[in-house]
Amino acid sequence: MSNNEFYSLTVNGVQHPVQDAWVGESLLYVLRERLGLPGAKGACEQGECGSCTVFVNGSAVCSCLVMAATVVDTEIATVEGLSSDGTLTDVQQAFIDEGAVQCGFCTPGLVMAVHHLLDQNAQPSEHEIKEALSGNICRCTGYGRIFEAVNTAISRRQENAR
Amino acid sequence: MTVYLPHTIEEATALLEAHPHALVLGGGTDVMVEINFNHRKPSDVVALRNVDELRTWTINNETSSIYIGAGVPYSEMESGELQKVAPALAAAARTVGSPQIRAAGTLGGNLGTCSPAGDSLPVLSALNAEVHLASSHGVRSVPFAEYMVGPKRTSRTATEMITGVTIPKANGWQGYSKVGVRNAMVISVASACLAIQDDMVRLALGSVGPTIIRCVEAEKWLHENFATLTDLQPADCAEFGRRAASEARPIDDHRSTAEYRRHAISVLAQRLLQRSIQS
Repeated sequence: MSNNEFYSLTVNGVQHPVQDAWVGESLLYVLRERLGLPGAKGACEQGECGSCTVFVNGSAVCSCLVMAATVVDTEIATVEGLSSDGTLTDVQQAFIDEGAVQCGFCTPGLVMAVHHLLDQNAQPSEHEIKEALSGNICRCTGYGRIFEAVNTAISRRQENAR
Repeated sequence: MTVYLPHTIEEATALLEAHPHALVLGGGTDVMVEINFNHRKPSDVVALRNVDELRTWTINNETSSIYIGAGVPYSEMESGELQKVAPALAAAARTVGSPQIRAAGTLGGNLGTCSPAGDSLPVLSALNAEVHLASSHGVRSVPFAEYMVGPKRTSRTATEMITGVTIPKANGWQGYSKVGVRNAMVISVASACLAIQDDMVRLALGSVGPTIIRCVEAEKWLHENFATLTDLQPADCAEFGRRAASEARPIDDHRSTAEYRRHAISVLAQRLLQRSIQS
């Protein structure tokens, strides 16, 4: 695939053509600037902050460190695709209920990281929660309310499973 | 610029033969930082993401060895079966970046970048890993000590790609320790891997020299002076640490000072040896 060639990405189940793009662009840049999906946030652009976390074939990765043109044959999921028709996921609702959002910049990345954790481990320990969120930096909250939100989401899932 | 997405090693090596200046892209966690900040503008890219055969690992019980493909991510080395047979590699993998980085970054990428701070590299050095390289002319295997020739410099030629490594199955205690400014997402200021393989203690140091440093003198001192490790007293472990530190060749840079790094190595080496006895 060369410069000026079209390629397409499958994001949240929808095929998006990417046009007139430099093929070295990061997935984060392509999502935000070319496909109009600004949910993944750009902050450090070096994999340190986790604000740009998306799923590529089910793995939670920093979209700033993925060359977009190399993920043409993959399933990409962003925070925009977590739920449809304007409803919130249980994790998103828990973030609101626990006041885990201040400036909100880190929130999409954190919500993605929490979904990824809970999909793999329904009952994570405190240590496992901290480890799973260690790649997401929040400069407002001090993380306390974010951990509360994770615990709330866990207990609600357990209640619903009964 | 063109991005190539081969599906096999054969396709990939043919592309490198035709485009020897192409950048080989593994998980992208090093390369994309350079591209995002305009520090690198590759002419062409051969991205290995779709080469499935690079993502496999196998345990060979006959030769008591482990083959790990270059495309295996850190997240796969951290736990599970690989952790049982390669505990130091698992420990090193767990210290890399964040879960997001470990899901993308690969062993081949760590070898390709070949920074003295690469977390898997002291482990590969201590275990006398063989690095497997392929080109369209054939394959060859290089001992790690001959593979890494300087900071971010390797003996890989432009038309070769890293296909994987072979390490021995652990048959003694192994550990990896590193010092950095915080726990998560940190590049090491100093690191060390100690592995007891075939009853011989081996120690390799990271971030304290132009290459990974094997502490051959400290290893020799230990081997010649102590018949069994259970004879070791705390003072002997401290002496081992001092000897390891004297073999380090650290520099002052933006991450730390040579003096601190040398001190850190003496502590890490001493601690690893003590842990190996206590276990």
